[in-house]
Amino acid sequence: MQKETTSISLKSCGKTFKDGTRALEEINLDISGGETVVLLGPSGCGKTTLLRIIAGLEEPDKGGQIIFNNEDVSKLQIEKRNVGMVFQSYALFPNMNVKENIGYGLKVRKLDKVQIDKRVSEMLNMMHITDLSFRNIDQLSGGQRQRVALARAIAVRPRVLLLDEPLTALDAILRDRLRVEIDILLRSLGITAIYVTHDQSEAMALGDRIVVMSDGQISQVGTPRNVYFNPANEFVADFIGTVNRIHANNLENFNSFKEKELLFRPDDIDIVEKKNCHFTGKVKASFFLGEKTRLIVNLNSKEEITVEGKFKDEYKIGSEIALRINTDALIKLPK
Amino acid sequence: MKYYDYPKLFVLALPVAIFFVTFFIVPMVQLAIVGGSSDVGTSSYFSIINKPRHFESMFATLLLSITVTFSALIISTAAGLFLVRNIFPGRAVVLSILTFPLAFPGVVIGFLIIMLAGRQGLIGTITKALSGEKTVFAYSILGLFFGYLYFSIPRVILTIMAAAEKLDKSLEEAAKSLGAPPYRIVIDIIIPALKPGLIASGAICFATSMGAFGTAFTLATNIDVLPMTIYTEFTLNANIAGAASLSIVLGLVTWIALFISRSLSGQTIAVSG
Amino acid sequence: MNKKQIFIFQLVFTLLVCSFLIIPVFLSVLAGITQNFFVGIKSGFTIRWIVEVLDLYSETIYLSLIIAITCLFVTLIMGIPAAYVLARIGGRISRFIEETIVLPVAVPGLAIALALIIIYGGYRDFRSSWYFILVGHVLFTLPFMVRSVLAVLSSTNFKELEEGAASLGAPFWTRFSTIVLPNIKPGILAGSLMVFTLSIGEFNLTWMLHTPITKTLPVGLADSYASMRLEVASAYTLIFFIMIIPLLLCMQYLSKDKNKN
Repeated sequence: MQKETTSISLKSCGKTFKDGTRALEEINLDISGGETVVLLGPSGCGKTTLLRIIAGLEEPDKGGQIIFNNEDVSKLQIEKRNVGMVFQSYALFPNMNVKENIGYGLKVRKLDKVQIDKRVSEMLNMMHITDLSFRNIDQLSGGQRQRVALARAIAVRPRVLLLDEPLTALDAILRDRLRVEIDILLRSLGITAIYVTHDQSEAMALGDRIVVMSDGQISQVGTPRNVYFNPANEFVADFIGTVNRIHANNLENFNSFKEKELLFRPDDIDIVEKKNCHFTGKVKASFFLGEKTRLIVNLNSKEEITVEGKFKDEYKIGSEIALRINTDALIKLPK
Repeated sequence: MKYYDYPKLFVLALPVAIFFVTFFIVPMVQLAIVGGSSDVGTSSYFSIINKPRHFESMFATLLLSITVTFSALIISTAAGLFLVRNIFPGRAVVLSILTFPLAFPGVVIGFLIIMLAGRQGLIGTITKALSGEKTVFAYSILGLFFGYLYFSIPRVILTIMAAAEKLDKSLEEAAKSLGAPPYRIVIDIIIPALKPGLIASGAICFATSMGAFGTAFTLATNIDVLPMTIYTEFTLNANIAGAASLSIVLGLVTWIALFISRSLSGQTIAVSG
Repeated sequence: MNKKQIFIFQLVFTLLVCSFLIIPVFLSVLAGITQNFFVGIKSGFTIRWIVEVLDLYSETIYLSLIIAITCLFVTLIMGIPAAYVLARIGGRISRFIEETIVLPVAVPGLAIALALIIIYGGYRDFRSSWYFILVGHVLFTLPFMVRSVLAVLSSTNFKELEEGAASLGAPFWTRFSTIVLPNIKPGILAGSLMVFTLSIGEFNLTWMLHTPITKTLPVGLADSYASMRLEVASAYTLIFFIMIIPLLLCMQYLSKDKNKN
């Protein structure tokens, strides 16, 4: 089914707020039609501001441009931009029931009742919430509200779907379940989607590409694999997963190693026999997480690293273990 | 989304703005100006100090307001704390009774005081039966005091109760565990915690008492509270400048009191009498 | 003193305060339906005083109702948009404007009335119509409507609701009528009750602004207290109570409802 998709292009979009806060430096970003792009970063990095600029809820500083396909929408009000937006707290209308909420955008576009009913039923089915049709908003659980918010945004067949931390307000189990549902939904719709989150595992699971942001700037844009295995800088390396950092010259086998620092992930270091090891350390803390064990280990060089793996044995606090780094997996940051 | 809505917001705000400027700002400014004028120059504002009648009136009103405020605070705190912490049958009725006088106009309250302590009042009848002499105090300063108390208690008690509900019980429990007797807990823990609420409601009470007119009007006592003085200056003496200047001074005093109250409590405007 | 004694003591005290407040009301109601209050209940009950009041003062009752209803209407039309604008603008400007709107409540009614007379007293037709009184009432009650609606707007995250509606394509006036207004209904209701009740009972302003042909209920009451016999004054007060107490009960019921939620 050939679906028309919308590409998004941001040129020099910066944002300084009235009180002087510089929320965004000049951002340039190209998003292909049908792509799911995740804006990832800690709070205050500017990801929500960027989303709101794309939506039309904020205006970029002078010189900033937002282009949908070939149309410059920078000066277009959000009412006319035809975007679908899911807010962090869902923004469901308390004076309407579920059906009326979902149909609101259609009512505003003056579609006739038959069409509205048909589309709303379609949405209710898609989200598996048909039995909630006449419920009032305050009678819904968090997960149910989430589905209504999605249904409402999609009902108007927007060109772009924008999601502002839609799963943050939910508990962990619900979040995992809905994450899968959203993923399936976005793929089946084939719509251009921009998703904001601070949760890196969510970003990796959902994004075709991830835009890692920090302090109002883009740190790196890439596929999840790219960003995980080839982080562009320290910030990204630290933010995506955990990264161990130790000084090479403290360790015997790495004296001649050309990098001063060794960066590696906790699961790229193994516990081995002393004769095969690179170095040893003492266990400072041990966490059994079910699918893996996490050990915090003090090295002789006084540095601390995290070691993760499926260890059958239980390593008691204070016990000495021998470790070997998987040198193929060492992370090299670009200069 | 904000910027292009401004013209519509302007349209929405226009009716209020026009009305307010026309019927409040302009008149009040003119009042201030008139108050400044008089045959003796701008000294109309100083009549508070140099005309004995005005000064006495201001003094009497201040004294009355302060006394009523303190009494209302004590009574309402005692009753309010009790109601917040105890549930008993009929509590809702008691609460209702204590708060609906809020909307009674001062004139009616004056009349109610007459019913209680006037020439045909209940207290008069009772004291006559007991001691042979009728006690009538409605038309004296005592009557005025009780009238003012009548509209002050409901005002204060609502604010106190709202503040009392927010008290952190664990502070009292901690004091108890350290051996403090009940009266110490009241003095050391509860009253200090209620202080903002007390000041806020006290200020409202003070402002309302200062500006109260109807009650004094009905009771027609010999004591002239400031609003009455303003009234007589305007209607009997045609001293517009004097009336105006007193009004401005009174307005300033009450506004300052309410401002203090609002900065300490947030919202809560009770009805004026 | 043990716990039970403290409880009894406090209960008695509170009940005493209650009696202070309610006994005069009973007395006044009683006097309004007694043949001769000086003699007491022995003289029998009657409605002649009420009839006499309606004879003498019915226009005051009508006028008060008309003014209150009109006042409500005007404050709704001016106050709701004003509250919305204040909520949208936010910040220090909004608080400053709010303080200004509240001024007529802080300044004694007498002063406001005086100011109005000084400026507009010269317009004979205006001065002697009930519109003159209406202006005073609107000035005094508007802050309550604005505050009430503003309170609801501040507690619902209406900015986000509006953004949600805008993202679905709803323009300004559509948003105002389908999203904003329906969700501030509780504030409108509470404000309306307040405005109506305050207008009916307003005296300080009205006394200065009234003329012999524009007398409201409280003005009539003051008249009767000064010149009529006790029974007539009481009957008149009784009628006032009948009008105002249901309103007060509604307001109390509403605020209890709000606290429950």
